[in-house]
Amino acid sequence: MIETNAIYVIVAREFKKFIREKSRLFSTIARPLLWLFLVGAGMSRLVPSGGGVSYIQFIFPGILGMTILFSSIFSSISIIWDKEFGFMKEILVAPVSRFSIVIGKAVSGMILSTIQAAIILALFPFLGLKLGVFQIAEIMMVCAILSFAIAAFGILLATFYDSYESFSVIMNFIVMPMFFLSGAMYPVKLLPDILKLFTKINPLTYGIDALKNIIFPFEKGNMSPDFPLYLDVLVIVIASFVFVLIAGKAFERKG
Amino acid sequence: MHIIKVENLVKRFGSITAVDNISFEVEEGTIFGFLGPNGAGKTTTINILCTLLSPTSGKAYLNGHDCNSESSEVRKSIGIVFQDSSLDKDLTARENLVFHSYLYNVPKTERKERVEDALRFVDLQDRADDLVKKFSGGMKRRLEVARGLIHRPKVLFLDEPTLGLDPQSRTNLWEFITGLPKKHKVTIFMTTHYMEEAEVCDKIAIIDKGKIIASGTPQELKRIIGGDVIYLKTDDNKKAMEDIKNLFDVEVSEKDGEIFISALKGDACIPEIIREIGERVLSVRMQRPTLNDVFLKLTGKEIRDEVASSGDSIKETVRSYRRRHD
Ligand SMILES: Nc1ncnc2c1ncn2[C@@H]1O[C@H](COP(=O)(O)OP(=O)(O)O)[C@@H](O)[C@H]1O
Ligand SMILES: [Mg+2]
Repeated sequence: MIETNAIYVIVAREFKKFIREKSRLFSTIARPLLWLFLVGAGMSRLVPSGGGVSYIQFIFPGILGMTILFSSIFSSISIIWDKEFGFMKEILVAPVSRFSIVIGKAVSGMILSTIQAAIILALFPFLGLKLGVFQIAEIMMVCAILSFAIAAFGILLATFYDSYESFSVIMNFIVMPMFFLSGAMYPVKLLPDILKLFTKINPLTYGIDALKNIIFPFEKGNMSPDFPLYLDVLVIVIASFVFVLIAGKAFERKG
Repeated sequence: MHIIKVENLVKRFGSITAVDNISFEVEEGTIFGFLGPNGAGKTTTINILCTLLSPTSGKAYLNGHDCNSESSEVRKSIGIVFQDSSLDKDLTARENLVFHSYLYNVPKTERKERVEDALRFVDLQDRADDLVKKFSGGMKRRLEVARGLIHRPKVLFLDEPTLGLDPQSRTNLWEFITGLPKKHKVTIFMTTHYMEEAEVCDKIAIIDKGKIIASGTPQELKRIIGGDVIYLKTDDNKKAMEDIKNLFDVEVSEKDGEIFISALKGDACIPEIIREIGERVLSVRMQRPTLNDVFLKLTGKEIRDEVASSGDSIKETVRSYRRRHD
């Protein structure tokens, strides 16, 4: 059962708080910029261009993925804050299905992350990339579904933790490995087999791969995409459903 | 009609039995008080009634619906003010109320009106657009009560509504709460560990260590004392207690250096005691029984002896620390 009023108001609350919290917007935008221009620019001296793509161009899809990863996880992890500060109880005693709560939170993450990804995307001309309107529309669509999937994953994580102490555990042992094992900074195909396995179960990999498919459609070398676009999208959509379903069930648990 | 009905309810957390086989009923339109020291199991019982916890065994019904298996029906019928605030402190008072009215599907045409009514009702219209983090404890509590009523629930739960408030706000909030059943046609289920507050309830259940040890109207409960209470100080309490027990047909116990005598007719009893052991008496006072005496008599301890539950207070300290340093 899906209650539109409840979903709407959960999204509206996140949005309002996001607008008020200027520092959050700043740090979620600043982080990808630092990576792009400090790490990217430094590394591109070391890494030869693969075919027609320079290193800094290569990591651009990964940086979009990073923006989405951090902003969606952060949005979902706010559930732990809500638990800690009691507001979650207000939501949980309301006559609203647990799925609506999960969807409300995931849609919040989706909207906020997509907006931030759009801001980063606007930098593409400075990296010497050429994108058409159609490509930009495709990128935004992939960003939206990827944001939703990652937010739903974050909600699932948040159901297992009750206090803000767990925040750094999640950041260090789940989010950072997810970022590095996603093909964001180096091509998946060059990784050792054991790490390749991790990249394959990481939903972010497929999001970034989809973006590579759209941004470098003709690339053939090391820096080329690993999977076809339709497969990337399919995996992201299925993963979203699975996360929402499990998170909804997890929320239904009573003590 | 019984708006709440609880049968043989048990809740265990591992080896702790927080609620130990309790049964009670609450009449519609009344104020029902759950009175007991910290850790007695009051909050746990509320959490089961408001569908946040599943009982280990036993049944709880609210408005005819099973609190465990018909959560959704029960949730529609209740409003609740939790022991720890559940407001979003980064939203304004009005935003908290609007959020609530969407969550409870208040009809679109009535949303605005109900929010404004609620603000007026708790006298917060002037502060409606201030962030809740700037509110005092009393204002937050009032706002929470107003929020709990927006969707017109049948039962309003209040878990220690006056905890942590200064005496003035306590009295104000208290007057406000006692007026609710008539004004809003709502049944109040409240918990407290303040005896004075329980006095205004229509019916009280006294709970200790997860068990209901007595219930009834405040008057009925005071009758357990069997009349009045006489407090006596003597030069040798042990000996005086012996003598009083031998001479009169009354119950005697000692607490904090005072002899505690419950007698059917205190005013007649005092002269007799003075006549018998008069020269040894240092002071004497008589009281109409309070619920505190009832609790003392039933459990052998005072309800206020207990310190605030450490878990909650530590959490609260951490929160206020974080708030100050954010
Ligand atoms: N989630 C929980 N896990 C373990 N023990 C709990 C939990 N909630 C309450 N308790 C224990 O159950 C007992 C009753 O607690 P509670 O219902 O909060 O009492 P009250 O509200 O009357 O102060 C206490 O001993 C408390 O420590
Ligand atoms: Mg309690």
